[in-house]
Formats: sequence, structure tokens, C-alpha cells
Amino acid sequence: MKQTVSISPLASNNKETLLDKIKKTPSLFWGCVMMAVMIGLALLAPVICRYQPSAQNLMETLQPPSARHIMGTDQVGRDLFARLIYAARVDLKIMALAEIIPFCTGVFVGMLAGYYGKWVDTAVTLVTNTLIAFPYYLIVIIVAFASGAGERGIYITFALVGWIVYARVIRGLSASLCKQEWILSARAMGLPGIRIIFRHLLPNVLPQAVIVLMTDMVGILVAIVTLGYLGIGIAPPTPDWGTMISQGKTFIYSKWWLSVVPGLAVVYTGIALSCIGDGLNDVWRKR
Amino acid sequence: MKMLISANDKSSSAAAAGGYNPGGLRALGIIKTVLRALLKAAVVIVCVVVVVFFIIRLVPGDPVKMILGEHSTPEAALKLRHQLGLDLPVWQQFVRFLHNLFVNGDTGNSIVYGVSTKSLIAQRVPVSLMLILMAIVISIIVSMLLAVAAATHKDGVQDHLIRVLPTITLGMPVFWVGLLLILLFGVQLHLFPVGGVSAGAGGMLYSLTLPAITVALSQIPSLVRSLRAQILDVLESDFVVTLKAAGIPKNVILFKHVLRNSSIPTLMLLGVNVSYLIGGTLVVEQVFDIRGVGSLLFSSISSRDFPVIQGIALYCAVAVVIISFITEIAAYCLDPRLKGEK
Repeated sequence: MKQTVSISPLASNNKETLLDKIKKTPSLFWGCVMMAVMIGLALLAPVICRYQPSAQNLMETLQPPSARHIMGTDQVGRDLFARLIYAARVDLKIMALAEIIPFCTGVFVGMLAGYYGKWVDTAVTLVTNTLIAFPYYLIVIIVAFASGAGERGIYITFALVGWIVYARVIRGLSASLCKQEWILSARAMGLPGIRIIFRHLLPNVLPQAVIVLMTDMVGILVAIVTLGYLGIGIAPPTPDWGTMISQGKTFIYSKWWLSVVPGLAVVYTGIALSCIGDGLNDVWRKR
Repeated sequence: MKMLISANDKSSSAAAAGGYNPGGLRALGIIKTVLRALLKAAVVIVCVVVVVFFIIRLVPGDPVKMILGEHSTPEAALKLRHQLGLDLPVWQQFVRFLHNLFVNGDTGNSIVYGVSTKSLIAQRVPVSLMLILMAIVISIIVSMLLAVAAATHKDGVQDHLIRVLPTITLGMPVFWVGLLLILLFGVQLHLFPVGGVSAGAGGMLYSLTLPAITVALSQIPSLVRSLRAQILDVLESDFVVTLKAAGIPKNVILFKHVLRNSSIPTLMLLGVNVSYLIGGTLVVEQVFDIRGVGSLLFSSISSRDFPVIQGIALYCAVAVVIISFITEIAAYCLDPRLKGEK
């Protein structure tokens, strides 16, 4: 263990000062605050909301914002605020879960390609080049449709196409790290490759991977919402920002907030996550 | 565009004449780069074909049942299965697919329309292509203006505003931005139509303006970021200092010399981003009711028209491969220092 710490200089003194660093970096601080508010609202949804997200009230359809419904109601009288907050639960959960597989495979494949080089690298590059040849939304739409739409389809889609981002970044980083003395000496000591990858390479590529994770989460959230909008994402009546925007589109002439407000929720989450990403980038780059 | 290229030709020939890269070696280098890029593109296209063939086989359950519905007669199912070649072993299906692709350049006949996928897509391509071209023109012009504003007022208000742009726009779904534009320019200001495409060249340009702006807005932040960095780089270089010392007006230096030299990497970025552009266009067509390739894709998805879906995926991917091939070669030819990726 001692040896690990001395070999991996970058990962050594992060933990004890992380909280201080959050306070010192404004973008990181405000990003975390914004995200905490969003997650807090989502978690406390049953406490905050007076209405169930799918409770219809045909006597009160398409109401403008009022004291009873602070954001008004939609075409079947469902409370817009309740749907917005419950949609946050659904979308944020799926966004986080959908990132797990691509993050792990992407980082692992990237390290393999960077460490072993040669044919491993060639194979990984070929696969990534093939998949990025398809326009992102085209392949997301087709795979989501082919794997049967809905929540399960979203997980399958991003498990298949989401890892490329990580693989490309981590591959380059690993390849340059592997030329440095401490990895070369670990190799010279005869440590097995898989041990070097997990013990010594992983802690050093992880910060970069987490920074990419933040921006990529925004991308996945937008993709989930887009799939919902196109009708091949989360199926109604489950609340989802994308389907809310799509349903509100019919009333864009008179009840514009039905489409605009759910979009603002996506933008808000996007700003929070990219602030965290930028902040982490500053913290870990300076060191 | 022409100006940019000619400007760089000058600089590269100057570099060659200066003994940086002798003519013969340079020609050899170009041939080598072209061959390498060509090989890479060919291999990727082969892989793309394989992916397109198998992607439809991800569909759980029986595609014939999905097309005909659960209550189809067995005879109809058998007939369609035979028509699609699904009664053959997978390898024979693949051979048929390849044969059709090489002989006809097609992925089979549309199940719904009965005509070849190729002709169906060809009908829809002009509108989509026009939309993409307009989006590219708009994003280049706007990015240049914003980047110049940011770079010339480094650390000023404009610069800060432009630098936070990517943070805000990253989380904006492109279809939502489209809706906002419809709301603002279509519904409130009545400046543009809210959907559909009018007849005639002028009408087409007019009705594609909002969609093109929508697609362009998704590209502008990354282009501005790159262009701003490039301009700042060039502004600090020796030749700009010399030009300034020679008393050449600031605006002339900026627009004639700096912008030319800093545009190449940004155009390259646009070449790389073209895949996102195409994807964004597919979605935006849906928002503005444009009958282009995107709407064909969605109608094919809802009618389970597998050959058409495969065709669209294939042609889009091949287009992207060809564009990145051209970008790679252009990057090499325009910049002698950039030897191309390994």
C-alpha cells in the first residue's frame, strides 16, 4: 500500500482537502449547491407536492399558474409543478444509472488500449471510429428503438454507445502516463499488467474520467429527454421532462409555459453539472 | 472559404520553399497520408456495414410480427419472412445484404412504399442537405463575430459572457431550443413560419431559416471556444507584432490576417462535428415538420420499415466517414506541421 501511494503522486492528497477545495472554487461550490437543490427537490417530492403527478382533474385543464397550482395544469388537469418534480426523480435516476456501465467499460477499455497499445489499441480505435461514424442522435434513436424503447431501452442504448467518450479520453491519457518513469519502473519490476492498470493507472486517470462524467451526464440527460420528446424514451404516464415538452408543444400558441418550464429544468441541471465539471477541472489541474 | 484556403496555400508553399519540407518529400508525404486515411476510411466503412446489418437484429422478438401486428395470418407472415429473406440462415442474409449493397448501392426495398430505399432517401436528401449547409454558414459567421468580440476584449465583459456560453448551452436540448425560436419568432413576432417548407428556392430558404439557426446554435459554443483560443494565439505571434509595428490598421490585421490564420483549426473542428450536425438536423426536422431524411427516419421507425432505417443509418455514416476523410486530408495539406494522426 505504501508503495502505491509513492508511485501514484496525483492521487495522494485529494481526500482531506476536497471540502476546502469545494469552498474555494466558486463554480464547483455553486454547481454543487444547484445540484443539491435539484436532488433535494426530487427526493422530497412526496412531501413538497400537494398533487400526485398523474392525478388528472378534467375540471381544471390548462390552468394558468395560480395559488392552487403554482405552475398551472396541463391538458388533462395534472399539476405541472408536481409533474416537474416527479419527472426530476425519474430523469435524474435514469441519467445516473445509465452512466454506470458506460463509465466503467469506457475507463477500463481506454486503460487497456493505452497500456497495451499495439493490436488492443488498434481494435479499440477501430470500434470507436466505427461507432462515431454514426451521427450521435441517429445511433441513439435507432438503438433505443431496436432495443424496445422505454427505460430498459435507454440503459441498453448507453451501455452500447456511451462508453466511447471515456475510452477515447482515457486511452490518450493512459498512453501518455505509460511513458512516464513510475509506470515504466513498475513494469520493469515485473508487476502484472492488470495490477499496474488498477493500482497505479486507475487512480491517475480517474479525476479526468470524473470530469468527463460530469459533461457526459448532461449529454445523456439531454438524450433521454430527446428520446422522450420523440416518443421512444420513457413512456407516458411516467412523468419525464421530454414527454412534457412534447405534450406542451400542441399548446405553444397559448400556454407556452407547458413546454418552456420542463426545458428550463433540463438547462438548470445541465448548468449545475457543467459547473461541477469545470470546478473539478480547475481543482485537479492546478493541484 | 476561398480566401482562407488561398491564404494558407501561400504560407505552406512558403514553408516548403524555406526548406522546412522539400517539395518531393512533401508530395510523398501527401500520398502516404492519403493512402493511410483511405485505408482507415475503407476499414471503418466495412465495420459500419456490419453494424448496420446487425443493429436491426437487436430488436427483441420477431420483426415480422412487429411489422404485421400480433394477429397476422401465418401465410402472410411466411410470405413477408420470405420477402425479407428472414427464412435464410444469418450468413446467407448477410451475403444477400452485401450483394444488394455492392450491386445496387441499396439496403433493399421499403416494406411500406415498395420502392427502393435509395430512391426514397434521395427524394428527402435535398431539404436536409440545404438545412445542414445553412446551419454551417450561420454557425461560421456567428462564431467568427463572437470569437473576434471575445478575443479583442480579452477578460472584458463580452469575453466573460461568451466564455460562459458553453456552460449554459450544453444542457439545452436542440428540440427545445427549436420550440423557443418558434415561440419567439413565429408565434410572437410573426417573422418566420412555424413549420413546413414553402415551395420555390426563396420560400425554402425562408422557411429553413429558423431550423438552420436552431441547428447552428448547438454548434456555435464549441466553435467560438476554439476560434477564440486560436485568435488569441495568433494575436500574440511575431508576424502580428510586426504588422502592428508597420502601422497597419488594427481592423485590417484582425480581419485580413488573424482571422484567416486562426480559422483552419476551427473549420477542422466543424468537420469533426459534422456528425453531431447531421444528428441534430434529424431531430430539428421533427420539430419544424420538415419532410427531410429525419422525418423519413421517424416514419420508418413507427412503421417498422427496417430496410429504410438501415439505409438511412448506412448513408449517414458513410457521409460522415467521407467528410472526416476529406477533413483529415485537408488538415494535412493546409498545415505542413500537422502530419496527421498516426
